Amino acid sequence: MKNRVLMQGNEAVVEGAIKAGMRFFAGYPITPSTEIAEQSAVRLPQVGGHFIQMEDEIGSMAAVIGASAVGTKSMTATSGPGFSLKQENIGYACMTEIPVVIVDVQRSGPSTGLPTSPSQSDVMQARWGTHGDHSIIAISPSSVSECYNLIIRAFNLAEKYRTPVIFLMDEIVGHLREGIEFDDEAEVEIIERKMKQRPDTLHLPYHVCEGDDVPRFHLTGYDIRYNITGLAHGPDGFPTNNNEVAGQLVTRLMKKIENNIDDIVEVEEKFCDDAETVIVCYGGTKRSVMSAVEELRAKGKKVGYFRPITIWPFPEKQLSALPKSVKNIIVAEHNYGQILLEVERVIKDRKIGFVGKVDGTVITPSEIVKAVEEVK
Amino acid sequence: MASELIMKYMREEHLPHIWCPGCGHGILMRDVAQAVKNLGIDQEKVCLVSGIGCASRAAGYMDFQTMHTTHGRAIAFATGVKMARPDLEVIVIAGDGDVAAIGGNHLIHAARRNIGITVIVFNNDIYGMTGGQYSPTTPTGEFGTTAPYGNIDRPFDIAVLAAAAGASYVAKGTAYHAQQTIKLIEDGLRHKGFSLIDCAGICATYYGRKNKKGSAVDMMKYQRDNTITFEQAKTMSREERSGKFILGKLVEDDFPEFSDEYQKIIDRLKEAKK
Repeated sequence: MKNRVLMQGNEAVVEGAIKAGMRFFAGYPITPSTEIAEQSAVRLPQVGGHFIQMEDEIGSMAAVIGASAVGTKSMTATSGPGFSLKQENIGYACMTEIPVVIVDVQRSGPSTGLPTSPSQSDVMQARWGTHGDHSIIAISPSSVSECYNLIIRAFNLAEKYRTPVIFLMDEIVGHLREGIEFDDEAEVEIIERKMKQRPDTLHLPYHVCEGDDVPRFHLTGYDIRYNITGLAHGPDGFPTNNNEVAGQLVTRLMKKIENNIDDIVEVEEKFCDDAETVIVCYGGTKRSVMSAVEELRAKGKKVGYFRPITIWPFPEKQLSALPKSVKNIIVAEHNYGQILLEVERVIKDRKIGFVGKVDGTVITPSEIVKAVEEVK
Repeated sequence: MASELIMKYMREEHLPHIWCPGCGHGILMRDVAQAVKNLGIDQEKVCLVSGIGCASRAAGYMDFQTMHTTHGRAIAFATGVKMARPDLEVIVIAGDGDVAAIGGNHLIHAARRNIGITVIVFNNDIYGMTGGQYSPTTPTGEFGTTAPYGNIDRPFDIAVLAAAAGASYVAKGTAYHAQQTIKLIEDGLRHKGFSLIDCAGICATYYGRKNKKGSAVDMMKYQRDNTITFEQAKTMSREERSGKFILGKLVEDDFPEFSDEYQKIIDRLKEAKK
């Protein structure tokens, strides 16, 4: 049965997460992500899952890792200041390869900033917030229906690559209300964690089978006892000071993402085929950009947009493949130029412009139109 | 040959442990194993969670499901484990700095919630792993590498702190009084809600040396000769109590356990759906 409802982005995240199999949520109240905790508190016990409001953001992050380690798909949600507090344990999830989804509904900063105002200034924190070399996946939705569909993808990627996945929203999309259609009969791909089968590797929790990129799971709490540690560890899961083993581990943690970029990275491109100017945008910013592009196309301007849906790893291959007709790139984002740095790293032979905002207001379509029209 | 207890409950291939000669942690770890054995708890059902520090290394040596997590956060990790799998016997082993300084917030809130995990504190009054800095349980006036002129902080009594936060089972043990401590841990494991056993350890290498307490044996003898009960402590002045260890139960009460209460909500919603 098809069912069309009016829903908020934050609420759609919870519905999508439950569809993906989330059965545990731990969180702490923070604007503008609080609705995700509230809705999880309502919905999880209805499906036999558990919700807990922890004493702080650090504890929330710890609790979701604990629940996932014993086999329950888990999620937490927060915003800027809380995202900073979660960083240490995000690193623990990277190191121990426990799948978890962390929603960050970005708000204006630094520090307490403008708690109810939109921003996209946690892009680099999502990539580099926790200490040490590590890989990460971050996904950024632009609409309410994407909140639903992409959070399912976030859970799938977390399970498939045994990694924390950052769901990098912004206040624009989190608090946006729009129509979303649910189709009971639509097939949705749900990825479950791969379990160990070969008896000779059962006692080696971090052994990687040939042809796999990540170790298969053997759940804590079932018939094999093993150790999980944030210290450098070998395939047996126990701490080691062996530099070779430590080096191999960190390399594998990087490569498991880097070697699968084609599977992980998604982008949206519109009107790029004949475009002279392409606007790079993501998340809520896309909505103003889309409107501006339509207006400019109606005036005969050859303009398109390129949107990383997967923010990390950055879609450098796709961006490099923009047609030769593209002479100018304009990056539009609600910060002082974070994805701009990535675009500048990848694009060397075209002019790059920038539209940014850090005052808590939204970039308007007319500001983008103006930036495109000013391009010489 | 190793004893039957060690063969069954320790990961022999990871021994000897990294603790210094004379450290009390080995005795306390054995006490935990003995308590689990005495109660006949299924080894597969024990999930041992620890944080960072000397005490937390116990997770690597004990043959249960073990999680060696981040500094101070073991109780928060354990909360997630218990909520997701209430059938597991969830044990936290933590040091005094781990559980009362950086992890103090998780301790008091887990106690308040009365979630069914058992916290066993290996309390040696010092940060041992980093080389002897004063901790939240170092007595006033004692020395640490970061208290070179004497500690002016006032110490926490972790058991009293947990009790004040609402823990439904609180006890104090010592490394010397192994038999009594095993019994106190057993009662803590058997207890349905949040339980905490604050066990006085011995750090001869840092705390002992820095404070001229003599050898590990001297410290052990001191513990033997200066241990009192909660009842005795009540009749003593603050000065008389100073330097004493306490052995026994402070709280044993019956409050609803958190994961049980949550299950009631799930059941109620299921019933309403019918």
